[in-house]
Amino acid sequence: MSSSETVVDPDKVRLWSEDYEGHDVISTRTFGFWMYVLSDAMLFATLFAAYGVLSYPHSYYTGPTPAQFVAPWYTFVQTMALFLSVLVYGWAMASLKDGNKSGVINGLLGALVLGILFLALDIHDVMRLVAAGITPEVSGGLSAFYCLTQVHAAHIFAGLIWIIVMLWQVARKGFTEDVVGRLISLRMFWQFQAVMWVFIYVFVYLWGYMS
Amino acid sequence: MLVHVPGPWSPLLGRLALSEIPYKNLILAPLFVLIVLVGLALVGWITKRGLWGYLWREWFTTVDHKKLGIMYIFLGLVMLFRGFIDGLMIRTQQMLAVGPGDNGIKAMGAIHGYLTPFHFGQIYSAHGLIMILLAATPLLVGLMNIIVPLQIGARDMAFPYLNALGFWITAAGAALIMISLFVGDFSHNGWFGYAPIFEMSYSPGVGVDYWIWTLELIALGTTLGSINFLATVVKMRAPGMTWGRLPVFTWSAVSANIIALTSFPCLQVALALVGADRYLGTHFFTAGFGGNLMLYTNLFWLWGHPEVYFVILPAFGMLGEIIPTFSEKPLFGYVAMVLATFAIAGVSWIVWLHHFFTMGMGPYVSTEFSVATMLVGIPTGVKVFNWAFTMYRGRISYTAAMHWALGALFLLLIGGLTGMMLSIPAINYMVHNSVFVVAHFHMMLLCIVYAVFGAVIYWWPKVFGFRLNEAWGKIMFWLFSAGTALVFIPMFMLGFMGETRRLDWPFDPHWAGLFDVQEFGIAIYVLSVVSFVVLLFVSIRDRAKERVGADAWGTSRSLEWLTDSPVPFYNFAMVPEINARDEVAWRREHGFLDIRPDHYKAIHMPNNTPVALYIGATLFLLGFALTWRIWWLSGIALLATVALMIWRSAKGDPGYVISAEEIARLDREARQKMPVDGGDTVPVGGFAGGQIMAYSREVSDQDRSHRGPKSW
Repeated sequence: MSSSETVVDPDKVRLWSEDYEGHDVISTRTFGFWMYVLSDAMLFATLFAAYGVLSYPHSYYTGPTPAQFVAPWYTFVQTMALFLSVLVYGWAMASLKDGNKSGVINGLLGALVLGILFLALDIHDVMRLVAAGITPEVSGGLSAFYCLTQVHAAHIFAGLIWIIVMLWQVARKGFTEDVVGRLISLRMFWQFQAVMWVFIYVFVYLWGYMS
Repeated sequence: MLVHVPGPWSPLLGRLALSEIPYKNLILAPLFVLIVLVGLALVGWITKRGLWGYLWREWFTTVDHKKLGIMYIFLGLVMLFRGFIDGLMIRTQQMLAVGPGDNGIKAMGAIHGYLTPFHFGQIYSAHGLIMILLAATPLLVGLMNIIVPLQIGARDMAFPYLNALGFWITAAGAALIMISLFVGDFSHNGWFGYAPIFEMSYSPGVGVDYWIWTLELIALGTTLGSINFLATVVKMRAPGMTWGRLPVFTWSAVSANIIALTSFPCLQVALALVGADRYLGTHFFTAGFGGNLMLYTNLFWLWGHPEVYFVILPAFGMLGEIIPTFSEKPLFGYVAMVLATFAIAGVSWIVWLHHFFTMGMGPYVSTEFSVATMLVGIPTGVKVFNWAFTMYRGRISYTAAMHWALGALFLLLIGGLTGMMLSIPAINYMVHNSVFVVAHFHMMLLCIVYAVFGAVIYWWPKVFGFRLNEAWGKIMFWLFSAGTALVFIPMFMLGFMGETRRLDWPFDPHWAGLFDVQEFGIAIYVLSVVSFVVLLFVSIRDRAKERVGADAWGTSRSLEWLTDSPVPFYNFAMVPEINARDEVAWRREHGFLDIRPDHYKAIHMPNNTPVALYIGATLFLLGFALTWRIWWLSGIALLATVALMIWRSAKGDPGYVISAEEIARLDREARQKMPVDGGDTVPVGGFAGGQIMAYSREVSDQDRSHRGPKSW
C-alpha cells in the first residue's frame, strides 16, 4: 500500500501505459477454452458419479449387468480408432506450425475418418445391445451405462461437425487468427474426449467386464 | 424409447391445446389481460417515439459489457419483482388459510385460503427458482459485467460476443418461466425438485418440464458467463494490475466464477437425467427399477451449495468496495479478505450434504459435513471483522449505499449465526424443513439483496453519470428493513413453533397472529417497492443536479472511478498504468487524479451482432418445444441454433478501429461534459437531452470507414 509519506516523483511516474498492445487474442481464447474443458470435465465427473452410484448389483434390477454384455475387445478397436484420430490431428497441428495447408487438411480428414469409424462402431455396439433387449429402460444401472457412453459419443459427434467446419474454414480462409485459434481449441477438445474415453474404457468396459 | 404421455398429443402441437391456457383462472386471466395491455402500451410508446432502431442498435445487438450488464440488472429487477409477487401470494395464502376451519374462497376453488394446493405449489416453486437463479444471479452477474472490466483496466470482456450470448440465453430461460404462467403449469415440486415426485408417473403435466428447461438454459448462460469472467481477469488486466492489486470485488468475482464454472455442469447433468427419466423412460431416480432417489438430491445440492456461495461472494465483494469508500480508509486486511473469499469458495464444495442431514447417512458422514459447515464460519467471521475494522476510526459518511451495506452486515450476522445452529445435525434434525430454515436462508439471500441495492446506488453514477437521490434511497432502505424484520422475525418464531415449510394450509390457529404480522411486513415491502420506483423517477428527473465527475463520491478508491462517468463505450481513452492497490486513492493522494493522457492510441472495438439474440430466441423455442413435446419444432430450433453458430463462426468479426485523433476528440468532449466543480454545473448534451443512457457508440463518418467488412 502506498501512503502519503512515500515520495513520488511526478515526472517519473507512469499513469498511462504507452506500450501496452492489448491482450494476446489466441492465448486468451486458449485459456477460455481450457475453462470450457474444465466445465466439461465436471460434467463427466458428475456422470461418472451417477454411474458409480448406479452400478451396485441391485441397480441393474432384473436386467443384465455389464459383465454379461460389454465386449472389451470390440471397444478396444474403438479405443484405437479414437487414439489414432488424435494422433493424426496432432500431425495436422505439426503441419500448421510449418504453415502447410494441405498437411493440415489431410490431418483433419484423417482425424475425421477415424472419428467417424469410432462413432460407427459405437452405434453398431448400441444396436447390438438394443437388439438383445438391453435398453436404458430396463434398469437404473443400464440408464447410467447408456448415459455415460452416449454423452461421450455425442461429444464425438459434435467434434466431427466441428472438424468438418474447420476443414471448410481452413480451405476457404487459410490460417487467419480465428482459424488458428479454433484449430488449437479443437485439438484440446479432441484430446480431452480421448482422455474421457480412457476413463470410460477402464471403468465401464474393463471394470464392468471383470466385475 | 420415448415415454408415452398421458392425455392428448398431436404431431403438430405436441401436448399444446387450448385447454392448457388457464383463461378461467381468476388470478391468471386478469393478469394476462393486464400484461397484454401494458405490453401493447409499451410497444405503442416505443413506436411513437421511434425508438425501435435505437433499441436494436444500442441494446439488443450490443456486445458492450456495460450495456449487457445493465440489461442483466434490468432482467434481475423484473424477475425480483415477479418473485416478490410470488412471495406476497404465499404470505397472503397462509394468512387467509390459517386455522382449522373450511375457510377457502369457493370461487377460486380453494378449500383453504384462496389458492388450490396445486397452484400454491407452483407459486413457491417459481418463487424459489426465480429469486435465486433469475433475480440474484442476473443482478450479480450484471454488476460483475459492468464493474470487473473497469476495475482491471480492460476495454471489454475477453469474449464480448460470448457475453451477449450468455445474457440472451439467460433471458430465454426467464422468458420460458414467464410463459409458464399463461401456457400450461409450472412445477409444483419446489424449486429444487423432489425425487421421485417429479417423475412422469407422479407429475404427468408439463410443469416439471418447464422447470427442467428453464434451469438448463440459465445454467448454460451462467456457465458461458463464468468462462468469460475468468478469461477476462486472468488475461486482460492492465499493466501493473498485479494479483496483489486486484480490487476485492474482482477477487470475489474470480472466486464466484470458479464456483459457477465447476458447479453448474452438475446441475445440468442432474436435470438432464431427470429429463431422461421423463422423456426417454430411463430409471435414474425412479422408485424401483434400480433407480436411486437420493442420487438426485446429492447431485442437485452438489451444485446447490456452491451456487449459494456463487451468489453470496460477489455480494461480499460489493461490501468490500462500498465500506472503504464511505469510511475513507483502505480496506482492512486485504490479503486476509482475499484468502477468506477463497476459503469460502473451497469449503463450498464439501458441505452439500447439510441440506439433507435427515437422509440418515450415519454419524461419521454427518460429522464431516457438520464440521465442514462450521468451518465456513471462520472465513466469514474474518470478513465481518475486516469490514468492522475498516470502519473503525474511519470517517464514515452514512450515505444510502452505506445504509444498505451496514444492513447487509446485520443480516449476515443473523443468517450466519442461525446457519451455525443448523450445522449441528442434532438441531438440524429438529428444525429440518421448518420455516426456521426458510427464515435462515432468507437472511442470507436478503444480505445479497441489500448488498446489490447498495451496489446499484454506489455504481449508478459510474454507469449513468448522475447520483441517485439519497433521501429516497434511505426511505427505501428503512421501509425494506422494516418489512424484513416484520416478515422474518415471526418466521423464525413459527419455525420453532413447528410450522413446516410450504404449507398451503397452516392448521394451527395459534399461528394466526404471526401470519398477520408477516402480512403486514409484506405490505411494508410493497411500500419499499413503490419507494424504489419513486427513487428512480426522482433521480432521473433531477439528474442534472446530481451530475458527477469521474470520481463520483470523492472518496472512491478502485480503478473504475478513474474513467469518466458515464463510462465511454471504449472504457479508458488510454489504458492506465497501475501503481498501487487502490489506484484512484493513490492518484488522489499524489494529485494525479485530474491528469489526463496527453496523447492517444487507436482502439480496436468489436462490432455489434444480433446473432446472440437469435441464438437466445432459438434456444427459447427449443425449451418451449421440448416442454410441450413438439418434436418437429425442437428439431428445427436445435438445427437453427447450430446453423447460427456455424454461420457466426464463418463470418467472424473483424471489429473496427477508432483512430487516435477520434479518441482525442471523444475524450475532450467527455471532459467538457463533466462538471468541474463536483456536481453543480449543468452538463452539456450527453444524457440530459432526453435519453437517459449517457454514453453512445457514436463515431464520426470518417472513422466508420475504418471498419472491417461489416459483420452482420
